[in-house]
Amino acid sequence: MITVESLTRRYAGFTAVDNISFTAQPGRVTGFLGPNGAGKSTTMRVMVGLTAPTSGSATIDGVRFADLPNPGLEVGVLLDASAQHAGRTGREILTVASDTMGLPRSRVDEMIELVSLTPAEAKRRVRNYSLGMRQRLGIATALLGDPTVLILDEPANGLDPAGIRWMRDLLTEFASHGGTVLLSSHLLHEIEVIADDLVVIGNGKIVAAGTKEELLSAAGTLARATSPRDLAHALEASGIASTLAGDGSIRTDADPARVGAVALTHQIALTELRPAEGAGLEEMFLSLTADTQREGVAL
Amino acid sequence: MTAMIFPPSSGTKASPVRRTVQPIATTRLVKVELRKMFNTRSGFWMLVSIGVLSVLATVAVIVFAPQGKVTYESFATAIGLPMSVILPMIAILAVTSEWSQRSGLTTFTLVPSRGRVVDAKAIATVLVGLGSTAIAFAVGAVGNLVGSTLAGVDTVWDVSLAAAPQMALGNLIGMAIGFTLGVVLRASAAAIVGYFVVAFVLSGVLELLAMVKPWFLDLQPWIDWNFTQVELFAGATNTAKEWAMLGSTTMIWIVIPLAIGLFTLRRAEVK
Repeated sequence: MITVESLTRRYAGFTAVDNISFTAQPGRVTGFLGPNGAGKSTTMRVMVGLTAPTSGSATIDGVRFADLPNPGLEVGVLLDASAQHAGRTGREILTVASDTMGLPRSRVDEMIELVSLTPAEAKRRVRNYSLGMRQRLGIATALLGDPTVLILDEPANGLDPAGIRWMRDLLTEFASHGGTVLLSSHLLHEIEVIADDLVVIGNGKIVAAGTKEELLSAAGTLARATSPRDLAHALEASGIASTLAGDGSIRTDADPARVGAVALTHQIALTELRPAEGAGLEEMFLSLTADTQREGVAL
Repeated sequence: MTAMIFPPSSGTKASPVRRTVQPIATTRLVKVELRKMFNTRSGFWMLVSIGVLSVLATVAVIVFAPQGKVTYESFATAIGLPMSVILPMIAILAVTSEWSQRSGLTTFTLVPSRGRVVDAKAIATVLVGLGSTAIAFAVGAVGNLVGSTLAGVDTVWDVSLAAAPQMALGNLIGMAIGFTLGVVLRASAAAIVGYFVVAFVLSGVLELLAMVKPWFLDLQPWIDWNFTQVELFAGATNTAKEWAMLGSTTMIWIVIPLAIGLFTLRRAEVK
């Protein structure tokens, strides 16, 4: 289990991570989401002791990462697949990690096979690896010590569709054996498919946390009209906050009857009006992080 | 691709139990750091170049040295020169590649105590320095035997037992300067440039200063580490005063900057 308590990391002039607390439970895959620069990577670096927190703490099963006697055997970490010595072969990188943890060399071959790198690829130097191959190598390094906790920053980045599928199965399987998985990703569809729990961060603060079902089944109404912008303005005039999505649909927390009444008053023809079923993760993500988005997508 | 080939050990992991985990032994870290020094392309070729240059230097002495100069000291000096440049580079890259190549992200995740990693690197560096010096003396000895036979002169063993350890120490101090620059600057290019500045530019500047300012002449041996290096490689550090001078330059150029560098290295963010 990963426990983050009141974690803050300040840099000169700005606060990258602002008093956040959450847990990643064993047996579950926890998705860690947020726009660029929201503080995901900083949080993960603090978890593994590469960055010192300004205040607060992050612990693995109650122990600070830096206090683990041989962390590789307990926590598998992949923060940046490109952060490897370009002049080493993939096999050497695994051998060095395996020797550091004190594992038998046979483990290296097992991992190369597990992540589907061919023996020829494993003999090539990392400078010649594609991003997807680097990700596979990074995942092999993370799994080498047979850990019970995985901390992965954007592991699906650069993987081909089959690789993404493989990664999803791997992490689901890992969690089903009682492992704890915390992964960040920008690929919302991936997270939606794989995660059991979600933590959404924006501007260094947690904007939502809970199970995927809880977060995605937020009640509300979805409406479409011939002129969605007018409907949004009409709702606003009636004191109902709403979100105009890119596809022209309008989402609001008010119930359908109220939205219908507002539309009638303003003589707006509705083309669709229904209770919003589980909103997509993308809408949830965009609306939750609307204040912190660079593009101001979800107006 | 989607088939799960999970390692057998994870099948028994129905409920995660804390395993008793042994801490990582220092000897293991030293072995790993030694391996890391030479399992990269640059590291490998530096190791090869030590061997190749030793042989080349030996051959050069055999071919070019006048008969009276075919002595063990000529060989030791000729081999020692390229080595005294390459060894500090090895020491620099042993430290800086963790930052310049960003492999430190993995290294310091597997061993969160950065001080222990740096210690292991220092021990590995000393071992490489001693090993290389031993190779230099061995290649030089073979060259001396072959060279004197070819030249038809008596084989002259003119490196005293007191001078040899001083040459070894000279190599180690050169490596320590490189190591210190690596710890302080944590960037390969900057540290290598820095090394050439303190090794060649600075010595010239201090030499010049000593020439124009008489008061600095007496001070120079206490401040200029190149000065004490030359004495070491000549096997001429003998009196207590000379050792004190060596101690002084070591304090200024290695001990103090290394302490400051270590302090910041252990706190700085690894990105």
